[in-house]
Amino acid sequence: MGTSLEFHFVFSALGVGMPFFMVVIEALWLRTGDRAYYSLARTWSKAMAAVFAVGAVSGTIISFELGLLWPEFMRYAGAIIGVPFSMEGFAFFIEAIFVGIYLYGWDRLKPFIHWLCGLPIVLGGALSAFFVMTANAWMNTPAGFRIVNGHVADVDPIAAMFNPAWRTEVPHTMIACYLFTAFLLASIYALKVLKGGDGSAQRALRVAMVCALVLAPTQIVVGDMSARFDAHAQPEKFAALEGQFKTESGAPLRIGGFPDRATHKTRGAIEIPYGLSFLATGNPHAVIRGLDDFPQDRIPNPVLVHPFFQLMVGFGFLMLFVALWWLFASRIFREVRARALLWAIVVMGPAALIAMESGWMVTEEGRQPWAARGYFLVSQSVTPANGVDVTFLGFSVIYILLAVTLLWLLVRIDRTSPEELTDVG
Amino acid sequence: MWADVLAALLGLLAVILYAILAGADFGGGVWDLLASGPRAVRQREAIGAAMGPVWETNHVWLIFLVVLIFTCFPSVFATLGIALFVPLSLALLGIVLRGAAFAFRGPAYRDLPTHKVWGVIFGASSLATPFLFGASAGGIATGSFSWTRPMSIGVGFFAIALCAQLAAVYLTVETRSALRGDFRQRAYYATIAVAVAGLVALATGAAGEPALISHLRAPLPIAIIAIAMLLGIVVLVLLRLDYVHWARVAVAAEVTAVLCAWYAAQAPYILSELGVTAPAAPHLTLLIFLWTCLLGGVVLVPSMLLLFAVFKREPID
Repeated sequence: MGTSLEFHFVFSALGVGMPFFMVVIEALWLRTGDRAYYSLARTWSKAMAAVFAVGAVSGTIISFELGLLWPEFMRYAGAIIGVPFSMEGFAFFIEAIFVGIYLYGWDRLKPFIHWLCGLPIVLGGALSAFFVMTANAWMNTPAGFRIVNGHVADVDPIAAMFNPAWRTEVPHTMIACYLFTAFLLASIYALKVLKGGDGSAQRALRVAMVCALVLAPTQIVVGDMSARFDAHAQPEKFAALEGQFKTESGAPLRIGGFPDRATHKTRGAIEIPYGLSFLATGNPHAVIRGLDDFPQDRIPNPVLVHPFFQLMVGFGFLMLFVALWWLFASRIFREVRARALLWAIVVMGPAALIAMESGWMVTEEGRQPWAARGYFLVSQSVTPANGVDVTFLGFSVIYILLAVTLLWLLVRIDRTSPEELTDVG
Repeated sequence: MWADVLAALLGLLAVILYAILAGADFGGGVWDLLASGPRAVRQREAIGAAMGPVWETNHVWLIFLVVLIFTCFPSVFATLGIALFVPLSLALLGIVLRGAAFAFRGPAYRDLPTHKVWGVIFGASSLATPFLFGASAGGIATGSFSWTRPMSIGVGFFAIALCAQLAAVYLTVETRSALRGDFRQRAYYATIAVAVAGLVALATGAAGEPALISHLRAPLPIAIIAIAMLLGIVVLVLLRLDYVHWARVAVAAEVTAVLCAWYAAQAPYILSELGVTAPAAPHLTLLIFLWTCLLGGVVLVPSMLLLFAVFKREPID
């Protein structure tokens, strides 16, 4: 299940992010009449076609796996969190319909109408992500029902959807989708510029970096809100994030380091005194609960959480740094040729991917051992059916196959684009 | 009470729409695999052009169905997920490979060496997926939840034949002249295959599934099955007369009738033995779900009409 989600997350993130950039670039073409933008829009729409197809089928896998792998969880929670999934279903319908119209309508529709048909894709993608993430937020902070004599009662799907965690988790994940797409595009086009690419690579790079410049600092602010929310709503998750074993006042902020479960200490971290207490509450002497304070069979494994949290935050700040560097080096949005900066942007593509996937690890592993925190364990969720191992192996192989093929095709699309420019021009 | 019945009927609607829309896309894959004769390449192109803009939308009906079941009937979802773990996992694999293969063998990548391989994967997974869904449906209908009993396997082959028939008939509308002739020929064969596979499935049922047959013996299922058979003959006649648009309507109606018969035959299980209605989701969940469908439908229907209006106009030579 986790593997499927990690995989689906990459493609659905691109499925949310790509249409936005596609529509922006097509709008630039309509406004300026610059053929380079047109060529970029055509290339990106081809890339989106492949990404959307894989995102759609991997999304299908998730919806099936909920029943195939976690049937007992769905028996328990389906009626509570099914509603956002059904809303997502409709958002996805709209997305799929307009993807069809947009991709196959380049020569059938007037340019402005064609551009308009891109907007529902952007909206549908954003709404899909919104609805699905409310369901994920519910798993962190279940709401909208009561347990009466061991049974679920008084279900309120709307209250479940707008559970306490949605305000921080949903925007944080949605911004991640756009930020990741921005740096992926920037990375690809920075590489093209380094290889002596033309004006269209510079244009693409600029569009991607302007978005990155807006999103990177926003993401850090929202991320900080998210961590402070966890500090009081999911203190065991927060302790795992920060590698905090002992409950203490004036807790230090640990940068890096490796949590050692045997000695109950996080080793090798740079400690900033009072940092954690201050960041979490605004009071440097505040008490932060450590993992040792909770029942030991009800806490996440900090080894799987703290390092990924460090990766996510570290790369998040690196992205901000590179975006600011670009702002100054480009003397506000002009073409950049500085090789060091271009290489830094190239590296930020994979870094953004790692940051995003690490974030997913943090939120999922940080919720363990619960499927719905405080109510339902992952171990209670799983299917009694045989053959789960074989299925897992089979799907992992398929995922790798799809990812490799998709990557290879995207590279091919990219290489064939200059000829296309002469085709249509 | 009315809310769960309405949700169950919406589920039937989703099954029907998935079958008559996405079923034809699977059938397209079957004919892609079986493309032959002097126009084999053009047959494949026509299939690709017909599916391209719409298959993802058609596929969403399946996701809608899955979401409907787990929102409105969570216990049924859990029961089906455990009982049909193997065929549904395999069908899922088929769906993934079919979708990815269709995208990866698209016209943008025609010159790549992998084009042929993905083409074969596309065809093979288009064959396997309807079989697995059919066999699962057979397993549900018999109440055995086994997809490997003779009746279930029979229904699996019946499902392949139905998909092939849908695709061939639809493609006669979307093509012209010699190419249309090719698909009309294929539609005849497929209709015969549907008749044979359907009768074999019924015969294996009569031999080994007394419970199902006793349910089917009620007047309503018998009437619906008779209508389905009649519509099969109507399809043949309309194709012969070259009324391809009407043949398309008739074949969609035929598949709808088959699914209604399947639903009607197991209505007693759905209501009692499996307990589908009893452990339905709480009323408020059902209500919000139905409102979502109503509001979603207001946006969905015109969008879908737009999609078909833009792409389903001129036939291909």
